[in-house]
Order: sequence, then C-alpha cells, then structure tokens
Amino acid sequence: MTPADFYQRDRRLHPPALTPDYKTSVARSPRYSMISLENTVSEVTGPTFGHGDIDPIDNDLISNYAHTGDPVGERIIVHGRVLDENARPVPGTLVEIWQANAGGRYRHKKDSYLAPIDPNFGGCGRTLTDQNGQYAFRTVKPGAYPWRNWVNNWRPAHIHVSVFGTAFAQRLITQLYFEGDPLIPKCPIVQTIPDPEAIEQLIAKLDLNATIPLDSIAYKFDIVLRGRRSTWFENRPEGN
Amino acid sequence: MPQTLSYLRESASQTAGPFVHIGLAPGAAGFDIYRQELGHDIAGPNAKGTRIRVEGVVIDGMGSPVKDVLLEVWQANADGHYAHPESGTVEDGFRGWGRVITDFDSGEWSFDTVKPGPVAGRNGTVQAPHLNLWIVARGINIGLNTRMYFPDEAKANGRDPVLNLIEWDNRRATLIAALHQDGDIPVYRFEIRLQGEGETVFFDI
Ligand SMILES: [Fe+3]
Repeated sequence: MTPADFYQRDRRLHPPALTPDYKTSVARSPRYSMISLENTVSEVTGPTFGHGDIDPIDNDLISNYAHTGDPVGERIIVHGRVLDENARPVPGTLVEIWQANAGGRYRHKKDSYLAPIDPNFGGCGRTLTDQNGQYAFRTVKPGAYPWRNWVNNWRPAHIHVSVFGTAFAQRLITQLYFEGDPLIPKCPIVQTIPDPEAIEQLIAKLDLNATIPLDSIAYKFDIVLRGRRSTWFENRPEGN
Repeated sequence: MPQTLSYLRESASQTAGPFVHIGLAPGAAGFDIYRQELGHDIAGPNAKGTRIRVEGVVIDGMGSPVKDVLLEVWQANADGHYAHPESGTVEDGFRGWGRVITDFDSGEWSFDTVKPGPVAGRNGTVQAPHLNLWIVARGINIGLNTRMYFPDEAKANGRDPVLNLIEWDNRRATLIAALHQDGDIPVYRFEIRLQGEGETVFFDI
C-alpha cells in the first residue's frame, strides 16, 4: 500500500520564485505556473539514511575539522526537533548544516571575502534525529558577512539547514537566524519570505537551560516539515 | 481551547545560496571532512536493468548555464519500486537517490544509474519510467521539482498521468530527455531551462 498524501504546501508562506530585491532570483525564477501534482508514490517516498552513513563526530563542528586546536568564536549548541505539521516528531531523518566561520568567511573555493579562513573550522555538520525527532549540533556562532546584491548588503548571522523528512515531498532547505540580530529585518534574502510569522519561525531562540555552563551557550531551533494525512478513511481502496 | 486547529506550519524555505557544496558536497567546496559523502552511488552494484548515464545542464533566463546548481535525483529501480519501506523491496545497495553537482566552469553535470521501470500511479494508473529531480542554487528561493522522462518510452509517456496533466504539447516535451549512445552506454541528455523560451515544467508536489 502506498503511504498517505501530504498536506498541500502553503505557497503563501514560502518565498515566491521571483523576488527582485534578491537580484539573483530574477534570472533564475520560472515564470510559468507550476503544475500542481497530486502525490504519487514518487513523491510520498524518499531516501532513508542510517548510522552507517555518517559518524558520531559529524555533528560537532568544533572538533570535526580541528587540526591544531578549537576553532575561534563563540561556542554554541544548536538543538531542536524536526516535527511535521501534525506536531509529530520525525525520527531518524538526516539533518545537514553549513555555515561561515566566526569571522563570516566560508571554507569554499568560491568565497573571496577578506575575513580569514579558520584552519580549525570546516563549517559543515550532519546528524540523524533520534526517536523523538531531536537533533543537536555543537559549533561556533557564524559571523555576519557582506554579499553583492545592493552595494551594502550584509547577511545576518545564519546557519544553512537541509532536512529530508520521510519523503521527497518533504525535502527542505532553509536558514537558521539568531534571536536579536538587527540585520534580520534588513536582509533581502530573509525578506523574500512574505509572511512575518514564517520569518519569526526561522529565528532560533536563546535557550539558557540547554547551555553547558562555563562552556557553550545554546539556541533552540525546531524545524517543521509538511504534515501527512491520516488514513482513517480509505474511501478509494484502489490506488491513492 | 476547543475548535482551535493545532497544526504547526511548515518552516519556510530559504535559498541554498552559493556555498551549498560546503554542507552537501564538501569535496566540491575544496575540502575533505567526512568518511563518506552521500549520494554518489545511486543504483549500487547489484541493481538489475539497463545501466545508463544522465547528463545535462541547467540554463537561466539569460541563456547561460547555472554553474553553482545542485540537483538531487530520486528514482525507482528497474521493477518500479522505490528504496522505501512502503514501496516494495529493492536490490541490496540500491538507494535510488543521488546528489549531483556541476562542473564549476561549464555547468555540465552527469550521473550514472539504471533505467527505472514503470511506477504505479494514482487510482490504478501506471506512470512511465521517470526520474524525480529537485534543484537548488543561489537565487532559487525554494527547491524546484521536475521530472525527466525517457524518449525511448513514447508509448508509456503517451499514457503517463502526470505528463497528461500538462495541456501544452510543447511544454510536455520539456520533460523528455534526448538519447545518444556513448560506446555501450545509453546517454540521456536533459537540459533544464529555468525561464524563457522552452521553460521546463516544474511541479508543485
Ligand atoms: Fe550563507
């Protein structure tokens, strides 16, 4: 039997394809309407990952690329749950993150920002959620960085987050921002999101209860994926 | 609070940005960090069916290749089953999922896999063999979903319930790859146009 369909994606909370204030979107945005597709088995299934795919150290960005010592920067824990729209935890799903170092520089051959590379910081991590949908990363807080859009745009401190969920229809890439950052309302990429509450949902909250005293400060960030219909009423047993 | 709906709302998408490789394909960003990167081997050594190569390029509205794009592919095996607990069994090592990056200079990408079989559709229909693709890049605010169909499956394509949702013949054609042969290997070329003449069909799944 095919797994149940997902709730329709609410396209009014997501950024549209064309957002002229984020200039790169202009030439990279489809102009025709998308074709709406009722879920088939191709959309309601998706890849699964296990502990053989990754290593325990992969979620510790403070140590996973350390060569001569710890990376420079404010030590933080980012933790939270992956949930669906029914508020059910999504266990065993792969969460991948990437970020700039504390100075706002990425370890990428295409990043030429003048802030230095940190020899002890790679800037990526990955983990599987546990049975309760919980995940955690240890890292350093990324710095703000300038980018070419208008002449003077600065990205707020952010961590890029990729999540699989249980099906290809739930695949999501988003960004985590930090509570209190004055650059958030000024960022054209953040502002591609038309719904203020949807922006608020991407801002991680300072979570003093989850800190490690005298070691690392913590932020909580829950990620919500599309919810799935219940199959209580199977009124079309052939198919669906 | 009775009569209050307690649904959560999906987290909003944000662009993967120009440095997506750091997170999803660090080797391409220029460094080695993980024991293994994921998504390089789609079909595995035991997969039945025809070994094929798929290649292509993503083209922007100016007609230029998108050199920093990242694609993910999700496909069934030759029997039409996905590597998913609820879709039947597949060969050991068949993952059906791959992560594809481009050559940074040309924007060209390619991957090796097996040709998928026909897949069950809704309400007893049959879907023609296809690859499900998801495309992210700088400037793409939310991942784009499309499908690649096979030119040597004209009959199955003609009955495919998803292709038949597209009322325009010329737009339907944007989802069908071109076939050529490279030695023994069939090579399917799939050019994805984000915008402008020949804009590829994208799906709201
Ligand atoms: Fe970034």
